[in-house]
Amino acid sequence: MQFFFEVLIGGLLSGIMYSLVALGFVLIFKASGVFNFAQGAMVYLAALSVVGCMEKGAPIWLAVILAFLVMVVFGVLTERIVLRRMVNQSPISLFMATIGLAFFVQGAAPLLWGNQPRGLDIGLVDEPIPYILDTFGIVVSRFDLAAAGIAAALVLVLALFFQYTRVGRALRAVADDHQAAMSIGIPLQHIWVMVWGVAGFVALVAGMLWGARNGVQFALTFAALKALPVLILGGFTSVPGAIVGGLIIGASEKLAEIYLPPLMQGVLEGNFGGIEGWFPYVLALVFLLVRPEGLFGEKHIDRV
Amino acid sequence: MFYRETGQFKTSYGADQQIFPIRQDRIGVGLVLAVAFLVVPALAGEYWFNAILTPFLIFALAALGLNILTGYAGQLSLGSAAFMAVGAYAAYNFQLRVEGIPILVSFICAGLTAAGVGILFGLPSLRIKGFYLAVATLAAQFFIVWCLTKFPWLSNNSSSGVISTPTVKILGYVFDGARDKYLLVLAIVSVMALMAKNMVRSKTGRSWMAVRDMDVAAEVIGIPLLRTKLLAFAVSSFYCGVAGALYAFCYLGSVEPDGFSLDLSFHILFMIIIGGVGSILGSFLGAAFILLLPILLDVLLPELSSLLHLQLQGSTVSHIQTMVFGALIMFFLVVEPHGLARLWQIAKEKLRLWPFPH
Repeated sequence: MQFFFEVLIGGLLSGIMYSLVALGFVLIFKASGVFNFAQGAMVYLAALSVVGCMEKGAPIWLAVILAFLVMVVFGVLTERIVLRRMVNQSPISLFMATIGLAFFVQGAAPLLWGNQPRGLDIGLVDEPIPYILDTFGIVVSRFDLAAAGIAAALVLVLALFFQYTRVGRALRAVADDHQAAMSIGIPLQHIWVMVWGVAGFVALVAGMLWGARNGVQFALTFAALKALPVLILGGFTSVPGAIVGGLIIGASEKLAEIYLPPLMQGVLEGNFGGIEGWFPYVLALVFLLVRPEGLFGEKHIDRV
Repeated sequence: MFYRETGQFKTSYGADQQIFPIRQDRIGVGLVLAVAFLVVPALAGEYWFNAILTPFLIFALAALGLNILTGYAGQLSLGSAAFMAVGAYAAYNFQLRVEGIPILVSFICAGLTAAGVGILFGLPSLRIKGFYLAVATLAAQFFIVWCLTKFPWLSNNSSSGVISTPTVKILGYVFDGARDKYLLVLAIVSVMALMAKNMVRSKTGRSWMAVRDMDVAAEVIGIPLLRTKLLAFAVSSFYCGVAGALYAFCYLGSVEPDGFSLDLSFHILFMIIIGGVGSILGSFLGAAFILLLPILLDVLLPELSSLLHLQLQGSTVSHIQTMVFGALIMFFLVVEPHGLARLWQIAKEKLRLWPFPH
């Protein structure tokens, strides 16, 4: 039972990392209706920018600020060069354009900052917390817990930003209805730049946490793919959905990885490791059959 | 002047229903086929067959399959490589386990197996669409590749799922040279391309397009959604499956599940975006473009760097390739969303008047 809880908690905490990536997707999708496949690549770019600046001798706070600037410039350029010219095209075309964007970033980022895997030290260590280990006998990583705290703080800040600032209110208005927002004088294109900036910031936080945990390397972009089933579970337009979805995906994939192979080996011969690789997607697929709009998504009604 | 349909009167229903109703098109297609079957084998060398022509035809077939699903029926799929894998492994197993099965029959069975798997993963398409469906097809991509790696029966107990295909033999004739394999692939691909060309203008193809343009409206005018969508998944997976079998038997000779990665799926998707979504010709143009581009960059980049006196590492070239791919996708989607096939269409319209535009 202790082992079960250890796996569960480990899964929940790693799920938070997925949530962080999914959060960036949700922000952009809400504000512009663009399903941004490049969010994973943005996480990679952000992490590489931080590491790259630090290699050039910048202290970490400066590196973070510079990386944030890189992400903002990236957002502005994307909006100017690609998205603005694709107004009125079908959402699927926009989605495919962001796949192109993802490839572009995956090629450009290592050209800019070098492609060798590097560690990122942000002052957190990945070791069990002694107090919890002694009392309950469960290993809970200090790093994971801190990451969860950072994620919670980020969601809180975003919620406050959306609820109480002028820009945040404008963002919500745009998310609600593009035309109505434009008719009351909200400049749509500024808002899109802004939202890409915010998504860049979320990618930066996610990239630093992922990078500090697993090293800054190309595999980051694959890990970020796991944010897609998270989105499906949570619904594309819901911030709490991204968090809850991440927790569910993280916990279930770790539990499946531990408990499914022995079950399967009872029936069939063979070695069944690596279930983690597909389980979230299949879970999301099964879930879609029951609730196509996700846990917290809006129900979509088609009209002819 | 040279490309005009004026004066070509159709006097029978048969003439009205031809796949290529315009005489110039018929001559053109005939010429292309003649060149591909007769001239190319006489001129091209081993390298051309192995590195360019055979993979081009195979990828064009896979792109054709994806184009049927995404371009005609409007269901975005990110799992085409997985269906290719199903085809490759199914053909291998049919050859291995069914005594004396002709290789062409096992290719067809491989396609049918892929179609069955495609229907299974297409089932959710009735309830979900768009991005949600794209993510659902990712499930197929990861799950199928995992299955092929982990179930040793599927790869005849070889380590990490690598299979080596037997020699291709039809009616006692052994296809072992690069030229023979090219001709076999060419024959299969031309037949299937003609079938696809015919299919997309039939009732089936028209109902796919109706579903693509708006599925609720299609349902209202009496198109059975479930059957139409599943048929699109089945036909598309059949094409991808046969392409996968050819990929294993006639191109690589030995394949592993990890070769059919998400990256391959994306490349096939890029082929149809660049070639033209919803166009048979586009699948071929896109496949040629995506296949030739890396070769071109491989040749050009070192020359360019020596011209500018820059040191170029191997990884840099691959990064630039990825970047160029991404940039081209965005460029085409922004500038010419209908792809290279659209350029050909514009050229045809110009040819109609040329050289006397007034």
